[in-house]
Amino acid sequence: MKLNDAPGLDRKDLLGLEELSEREIRLILDTAREFREVLDRPIKTVPAMRGFTIANLFYESSTRTRMSFELAQKRLTADSIGLAVTASSVKKGESLRDTARNIEAMRVDMIVMRHSQSGAPHRLAAQIDAHVVNAGDGCHEHPTQGLLDLYTLLENLGDLRGKRIVIIGDIAHSRVARSNIHGLRRMGAQVGVCGPPTLIPVGIEDLGVTVYPTIEEALAEADAINVLRIQLERIGVPLFPSTREYARLFGVTPARLEVAKREVLVLHPGPINRNVELDSRVADAPGAVILSQVTNGVAIRMAVTYLLAQKTMKAAHALA
Amino acid sequence: MHSRDLLISGGRLVDPEADELRRADLLIRDGKVVALSPNINADVPVLDATGLIVSPGFIDLHVHFREPGQEWKEDIDSGSRCAAAGGFTTVCAMPNTDPPLHDQESVRFVVERAREVGLVDLHVVGAVTTDLAGTILSPMGEMAAAGCVAFSDDGRPILDSGLMRRALEYSRQFYLPIVQHAEDTGLTRGGAMNESAISTKLGLTGMHSSAEEIVVARDLALLPLTGGRYHVAHTSCARTIELLRRARAEGLPVSCEVTPHHLALDEQAVSDCDYDANYKMNPPLRSVVDREAMIQGCVDGTIDAIATDHAPHLPDEKEIGFSAAPFGVIGLETAFSVAATTLLPHMSLRDLLRLLTTGPASVFGFKDRGRLAPGLRGDVVLFDSESEAVYSVESTHSKSRNSAFDGMRLQGKIVATVLEGRVVFGESR
Ligand SMILES: [Zn+2]
Repeated sequence: MKLNDAPGLDRKDLLGLEELSEREIRLILDTAREFREVLDRPIKTVPAMRGFTIANLFYESSTRTRMSFELAQKRLTADSIGLAVTASSVKKGESLRDTARNIEAMRVDMIVMRHSQSGAPHRLAAQIDAHVVNAGDGCHEHPTQGLLDLYTLLENLGDLRGKRIVIIGDIAHSRVARSNIHGLRRMGAQVGVCGPPTLIPVGIEDLGVTVYPTIEEALAEADAINVLRIQLERIGVPLFPSTREYARLFGVTPARLEVAKREVLVLHPGPINRNVELDSRVADAPGAVILSQVTNGVAIRMAVTYLLAQKTMKAAHALA
Repeated sequence: MHSRDLLISGGRLVDPEADELRRADLLIRDGKVVALSPNINADVPVLDATGLIVSPGFIDLHVHFREPGQEWKEDIDSGSRCAAAGGFTTVCAMPNTDPPLHDQESVRFVVERAREVGLVDLHVVGAVTTDLAGTILSPMGEMAAAGCVAFSDDGRPILDSGLMRRALEYSRQFYLPIVQHAEDTGLTRGGAMNESAISTKLGLTGMHSSAEEIVVARDLALLPLTGGRYHVAHTSCARTIELLRRARAEGLPVSCEVTPHHLALDEQAVSDCDYDANYKMNPPLRSVVDREAMIQGCVDGTIDAIATDHAPHLPDEKEIGFSAAPFGVIGLETAFSVAATTLLPHMSLRDLLRLLTTGPASVFGFKDRGRLAPGLRGDVVLFDSESEAVYSVESTHSKSRNSAFDGMRLQGKIVATVLEGRVVFGESR
């Protein structure tokens, strides 16, 4: 391991991929690659972060993302706690400032925050000294998901420069889509989006993406597709009429993939609505890299945690 | 000698409807202007205005003072202090209090409280419908008798076309306007900012400007039928201004106002503020094009008045996440300097002052104020239009801190405010 030589990230927080440079993204991906090797060993722990305390603050339930973060923290031997945030305290409108003050008083070093409102981690980060990692804020960003998608794509495609990646589904409400767009563009990929017109937000072209009018056109050109999960609560809002119609118009099926490149990669952030946005035969085919996304996610979260903490850890060791 | 006697000496007087600035003294006796001429001698207290501009006191058509019901955010006392500090001698309070100002008792209560405080001449915009519920017409006649100057369900739009028709017809007999908060809420549900590429990037639900345009277009269609007077609160988008410009050209009885923040800021501010809810207001900050149209509307006279929509909320109420936070910003104390900073590159000081004095006075039918002339109220503001300073919200008289201009460099400083011959802000020097 060359980990100790890693320079660390020269920022306190990871709030989104929009603000990361290509150099920073590469540093995270390179570090993740080293942790990814560790995950294949019999003993999967690196004693890198003893005494570093992390609070996982999930205002919105997400079993998978939370488990992935917790596992990453355990693999790094950090101390982690989960703060149960009940739906009621959110409804009461607890001030993010109060939350910040309370956490600060507990002397935690890092907060991993999932929140239903866009920008909540940004407000928290601005008011505390502890590191903040955004684990998904509203419809805004989900940077660690974006990074693990990049990792998985690079692992399979080698280089993203000039490659065409298409994101399919509910672009309007997807933080995964936004983080993917920023990250992919930074790495030189061409990005397209495709979905029902009601789920393509106003002005998305300004983020530097192509909007494909039909899924057939999108699939014909793609080197990889990232199929988003359709949130069932959007049905009849009225954003789209039914899952059956969605599957008929935008579901990724073997028949549709016949126009695609033979080796097209299929990603999905999970959990899959099988046979709605993704046909089971596609989800379980060799081109689908959905399970390696999950494993890579742990390595990415280890890398992000480790790199953000570098400065704080070094300062602490200097004191000791 | 009367406590409502005052001599304002040595200043440059500006009457928005007169031709130019002139150096003169201004004498107020028993709360009314009695003389304007050089070198007045009178045995009354003197306010030295040397080096300052003396203008009619400002008139704000749109404030929320939160009393009764939400006195922790603001009350008539603290709100009045903000008004006086901002050079406003007349404010019109919106009815969305708790309980709402929807009958003669509630109207009288607020007017009486403001009179006790005595720092600003407060008038009430009464509710159009009982409980602001959008169903039953409020007793407009009784409220008019109690002193209401207009009617509005502000905070909420009047969406039902049949109700809007009846409100315009019924209010006609009192010669009072209906003030519309123009928002088709079917288009803004869950929204937090203007809908555009910026809301898409920030992942915030948008409130498209068509929501304002649609309601204004509908209301304009009702004017020839009803004969009512119609005023659009806080206009925010180019298409609304275009609709009103045409309506005015057709001779329809329309008027409108714009807030200082819609003149000075656009949606980019939301992108730059890291989700600070002090940039969340309704209507939201719009596009650059919309903002330019607001300035143009002020220049060409389509817009009658600058109104603050002063809407206090406490820091902890704002700091619950951008989407969940309540809409609104305070604005009385910064209105003049924000307007001066934004508009003086485009228009004369006299034309700017018209938007704060005679413009709003004619919208709500105030005949005894808005100009400097013998017989009118002795409501006067003294300011320095050129001095620049960085505004700090910590200096506010409000109970709240939700300013969109904290830390901003602004031009123009209110030095003293005189209400019916009494100095209610600043000091006799
Ligand atoms: Zn309003």
